[in-house]
Amino acid sequence: MKNGFTRTFKQSVAMLSLIFILVLAACGNNATGGNASEGGSSSEAGGATLAAIKERDKLIAGVKYDTKLFGLQDPATGNVEGFDIDIAKALAKKILGDETKIELREVTSKTRIPLLQSGEIDIIIATMTITDERKQQVDFSDVYFEAGQSLLVKVDSPITGLESLNKDTKVLAVKGSTSAQNIREKAPDAQVLEFENYQDAFTALRAGQGDALTTDNAILLGMQQQDPNYHLVGGNFTDEPYGMAIKKGETEFVNVVNELLSEMKESGEYDRLYEQWMGVKPE
Amino acid sequence: MVIWDSSVLFDHWDRYMQGFGQTVLASLLALIGSLIIGTIIAILRISPYRWLNVFGAAYVEFLRNIPLLVVVFFFFLGLPSLGIPLDGFSSGTIGLMVYTSSFIAEAIRAGIQAVPKGQTEAARSSGLSYVQSMWHVVLPQAVKVVLPAVGNQMINLVKNSAILGVVAGLDLMYYADLISSDTFLPIPVYTFVALFYLVLTVPLSMAVHYMERRFARSNA
Amino acid sequence: MDFAGAYSWPNLRFLLQGFWMTLQVAGLAIVFSFILGVVLGTIRYARIPVLSTVIAFIVDTIRNLPLLLIIFFIGIVLPQTGLRLPVFWAAVVGLSIFEGAMIAEIVRSGLSSVDKGQVEAARASGLSYMQTLRHIILPLGLRRMSPPMVSQFIALIKDTSLAVIISLPELMRNVQVLSGSSFAYVIPALIFASLLYFTVNYSLSLVAKRLEARQT
Repeated sequence: MKNGFTRTFKQSVAMLSLIFILVLAACGNNATGGNASEGGSSSEAGGATLAAIKERDKLIAGVKYDTKLFGLQDPATGNVEGFDIDIAKALAKKILGDETKIELREVTSKTRIPLLQSGEIDIIIATMTITDERKQQVDFSDVYFEAGQSLLVKVDSPITGLESLNKDTKVLAVKGSTSAQNIREKAPDAQVLEFENYQDAFTALRAGQGDALTTDNAILLGMQQQDPNYHLVGGNFTDEPYGMAIKKGETEFVNVVNELLSEMKESGEYDRLYEQWMGVKPE
Repeated sequence: MVIWDSSVLFDHWDRYMQGFGQTVLASLLALIGSLIIGTIIAILRISPYRWLNVFGAAYVEFLRNIPLLVVVFFFFLGLPSLGIPLDGFSSGTIGLMVYTSSFIAEAIRAGIQAVPKGQTEAARSSGLSYVQSMWHVVLPQAVKVVLPAVGNQMINLVKNSAILGVVAGLDLMYYADLISSDTFLPIPVYTFVALFYLVLTVPLSMAVHYMERRFARSNA
Repeated sequence: MDFAGAYSWPNLRFLLQGFWMTLQVAGLAIVFSFILGVVLGTIRYARIPVLSTVIAFIVDTIRNLPLLLIIFFIGIVLPQTGLRLPVFWAAVVGLSIFEGAMIAEIVRSGLSSVDKGQVEAARASGLSYMQTLRHIILPLGLRRMSPPMVSQFIALIKDTSLAVIISLPELMRNVQVLSGSSFAYVIPALIFASLLYFTVNYSLSLVAKRLEARQT
């Protein structure tokens, strides 16, 4: 019996060491990606995505499926609707002349950057805040929506704002979102629990898994509309300027997107969409 | 674009360790619980009372044929809607426990039934009591069948515990998601997570393999 | 809980659409994992120098990893190196690799259980090793391994639910979406999904039992 355990132990160590050595050998240290355009220095990489979109005659946009007002799938029809979706359609119309030449792919805050970098999607239009850290990973369009982080709680909750969060409060957030990072700084004592997407986080809040849910006010507003037992408190405690994200170095594509935004603002199309989804005129 | 950087392991060592600890804890708690529940269900299934047999069989057949995720969601989202709150770690662990107990019940039942009835009868007629014949004749043989099967379930438990990451159960998978979001380096982050799982599962499966061979030999 | 609201036709249709996706992914993964498992398991059994050892090492490593991690790795992480797959195929490939490794082990032990005497008799009657493997060992072994294999396919169908991690719109993802639209739908949606999984898997388990009964 003792010999058996010694042998089992030795075999395990041998196998694990071999796996470890293989991992290190395969990856080396500080390896760089082969498919990503290196810093955008090569001119041909600059228009690669735009050319690919035209070639396949379809824009592939990474959008949210779980966020009311921006991108929400209706179980009854299967359609995805929202402000982000309408912007994506306008972009398809600008590039390909037809707003139906679009393919929507569901992304979450956790999966959107990897999916963009690997080329699975052409552009992220998914309530994404422009930050300096993210700018090192992707390129952003101009700001197309101004949000700010806030809190959603049950209407009878004693929580009135950031200052009510202490070590006994559980705050729900979404993996990979700026709001998850912000809340850890702004309310360092609170327990933060992170979920895959906003819908799961909101379902968890309704299941009593947390005392508050934090993300951008516009997203929370959509949840408040879905379930009037919940409301926003404490106002905005950050600025969250949304941008559309494009693979690094695709300057030409970024220019097209920015052109579209200014055209939409001039023609009044932007204001119309904003009012349609948010219920108010943009400031 | 940097895609590999080994320093994520050391920079985020504390979070890896926290997740690793919770993964081990969830697996162990679920193992103990599922052994207890599994034994009870196995006894129900071989008991002489018909309605207990039916209950045992229904429990096993239902749980074996639905995904673990359904069971975990029931505890995480379903029970709270009935007024029983359970956090992510508890509902994940209890879900694992209940789900795995159905497999363990089957393993124990198979183990006991693998011992020919004639042996028990022979033991009884040679003067041993029922308990004595169970203890000296049936159990030593049943263990040979049950132990490797329980070992396999232990491996499955460790692997299946990754589901805690989906319900904010603070396990390895959960922390991996957080580290990956902070570092934008998914490849090394999840590769190291894989290594952490292997550190647990490889020795376990070697041990199961050893038991299987050893018991197979002693049967021959 | 709101059973009447949850079970309105558009909601049920939405869940059934998810189930159809589940069945498509499972069907493809069953075919691929079977092929992969038989090939890898046979090579491992045949003890071909180097190749069998390498395959044993890879199969054992995959078998010891969480499937959730494998699916996420193939769907989201690996594409960073240039290996791109749409989520549907990422789920199919992830499941096929993992379940294929599990089936390889079933195949290996099934082949090992074939009576050595029969193998020797076949060799003595002039068959080559390959001929013996193809005409004697594989047919005998495959029959013996069919019950555990069907059990593994049941596990595979259940495991498709882990594709929620890459947002594949299969049954459990759609349960999540429906639960998001109204909290009163959580339990009804979970019950409906359980019934769908149970119906398919229980039927398969009856097939497995019949296969087992035929052998003894």
